[in-house]
Amino acid sequence: MRRSKDQGSWGYETSQDRKGALTLRLTGRMDAASAGPMLRELGPLIHTTVPNALTVDLSEVTYVDDFGVLVLIQLRHTVTDQGGLYSLVHVTDRVRETLTLLHFDDLTERVPLAKKEVPNIFVRLGDATLRHIKDFRFLTSFTGSVFLALLYVCLHPRALRREDTVLAMQKTGVDALPIVGLISFLLGLIIAFMSSVQLRQFGADIYVASLVSLAMTRELGPIMTAIIVAGRSGSAFAAEIGTMRISEEIDALFTMGFDPTRFLALPKIVASLVVVPLLTLFSDLFGVLGGLIVGVLMLDLTANAYIAQTFVTLTPFDVFLGVLKSAVFAFLISWISCFRGFRVQGGAAGVGEATTSSVVSSIFLIILTDSVFSVILRYWG
Amino acid sequence: MAVARQPIIQVRDLTARYGEETILEGVSFDVFEGEVFVILGGSGCGKSTLLKHLIGLIRPYSGQVIIDGDDISHGGSPVINRLLRKIGILYQSGALFGSMTVAENIALPIVEYTDLSSDLVSSLVRMKLNLVQLEGYGDYLPSEISGGMKKRAGLARAMALNPKILFFDEPSAGLDPVISAGLDNLILHLNKSLGTTMVIVTHELESILTVAQRVIMLDKGTKGIIAEGDPRHLRETSRNPLVWRFFNRQAEDRDISA
Repeated sequence: MRRSKDQGSWGYETSQDRKGALTLRLTGRMDAASAGPMLRELGPLIHTTVPNALTVDLSEVTYVDDFGVLVLIQLRHTVTDQGGLYSLVHVTDRVRETLTLLHFDDLTERVPLAKKEVPNIFVRLGDATLRHIKDFRFLTSFTGSVFLALLYVCLHPRALRREDTVLAMQKTGVDALPIVGLISFLLGLIIAFMSSVQLRQFGADIYVASLVSLAMTRELGPIMTAIIVAGRSGSAFAAEIGTMRISEEIDALFTMGFDPTRFLALPKIVASLVVVPLLTLFSDLFGVLGGLIVGVLMLDLTANAYIAQTFVTLTPFDVFLGVLKSAVFAFLISWISCFRGFRVQGGAAGVGEATTSSVVSSIFLIILTDSVFSVILRYWG
Repeated sequence: MAVARQPIIQVRDLTARYGEETILEGVSFDVFEGEVFVILGGSGCGKSTLLKHLIGLIRPYSGQVIIDGDDISHGGSPVINRLLRKIGILYQSGALFGSMTVAENIALPIVEYTDLSSDLVSSLVRMKLNLVQLEGYGDYLPSEISGGMKKRAGLARAMALNPKILFFDEPSAGLDPVISAGLDNLILHLNKSLGTTMVIVTHELESILTVAQRVIMLDKGTKGIIAEGDPRHLRETSRNPLVWRFFNRQAEDRDISA
């Protein structure tokens, strides 16, 4: 039985003798372009003829690359799976060289594509534990160096890098003002709107002013501001320091005799400590303004009455508490974000991870600290 | 020359480890004052690790690193600070601070460690820029200049305070042959004119043969030094196949003809 086919750049011819041995004569180029059609054509052929031996004649093959070798390997797999013998004959020197270079003779087993090995659960658990211990140790020493640097700058105010601090203030504070203002305004609007529906039933419209002002100054103003700062500036701190870490700039700082904490982290921390409380005050103001709009336009209150009620409700302590909280949040955000930046390892992916985790840790710390404040005030105030 | 040369860097029995993995074991060598010394070896042999030990970024697992009389492997921060005043480092990518201009980068250590007036600092920075042939580039940001220029600017910053020892981490990495040769000339020129001791980590053969007076070669397998001496001499006479292959640019044996 004979069969042959010419596909342009490649072709084949088969003949089977009576004992069932099949001879396959390949011609032309066995390359990336022809490997696919070859496999599609020859695979079913071997499957249907089920030869007890396959002899591949390569005398007419003009070119073989690794895709071509793949066809030879696939043929070998198919034949040996069916219990047949496999051999190559008339291998030209050029083809032989390629086969040797690619270790054709050793590629008899089918191996799945090598993937990164996942170690077992105990190894991973141990790794994670060690990593966290290391992280914690670094966090402790970083915190220590932050406090030392703060102390140093308190004693030597000139040591603070003033230009960097002013720049950080601008980026963290001034540039954030529009978005903080807008969000707080909308938040005030929403609270007033939602509460008015309930309070109106009791004719207590005027208490909308109390609710908005208290909620904004004590809780929402500081928290929303802190969350916006975490998203805008915390991520930027982590990314900036992280990038400096991987481009050896932090090593360079150290070897030039600068303290990286004092040089990089301190301006950001000091700037945050100054501008975040200010932003919070603006946030309070815009929140109350949002409430006022709803009060005047929907509840038929006069602006005077609304403002008067606001002043009656708010005590200086409420405002002070909000500002104090926001200063604590500011420290936490800048501290944890700088820490994440300094911990970056590897390349661009490491910076990405640090940025993400700086925002996540910041928001977690903000909420956690806020609940601690609530508990303390509940029992103490 | 009958003058006995003074070792400025002495490394004694240095063992370096990352966690469980030993990178270097029992490494000892001297670098003499005023010489151009090259640390070489294939990828992953611990060249950069050794460099980080020499500049105090990593403490050795065991052994001593003595630089200009100070044992930096055991000293506290005063020792490290004293060391850092004596050395300058050119990092692989230049490590210029992206938020500052080239001139501000170079001025940074000068402002920190001297009390020169800002006019004088500016003149000094201009001289440093002239020295590395970057005149007129002072007010560019690092992102606005080419890789070769970044390295030269990094070199100017490393030399800002005229350190006794200059360390180079792969100075020719990523540079074209012309710029790389220019940098080699600059290194030789600075070595001759200022007498600065140069310690260079590289695997660029051309550059090694041009600048190095003495080399040590590290190897991943032995985790230590496998050759020491004049590179031109080593190329001709070394019997160690690893060393011979390195200097003669030969691939590892792999029988293709079989």
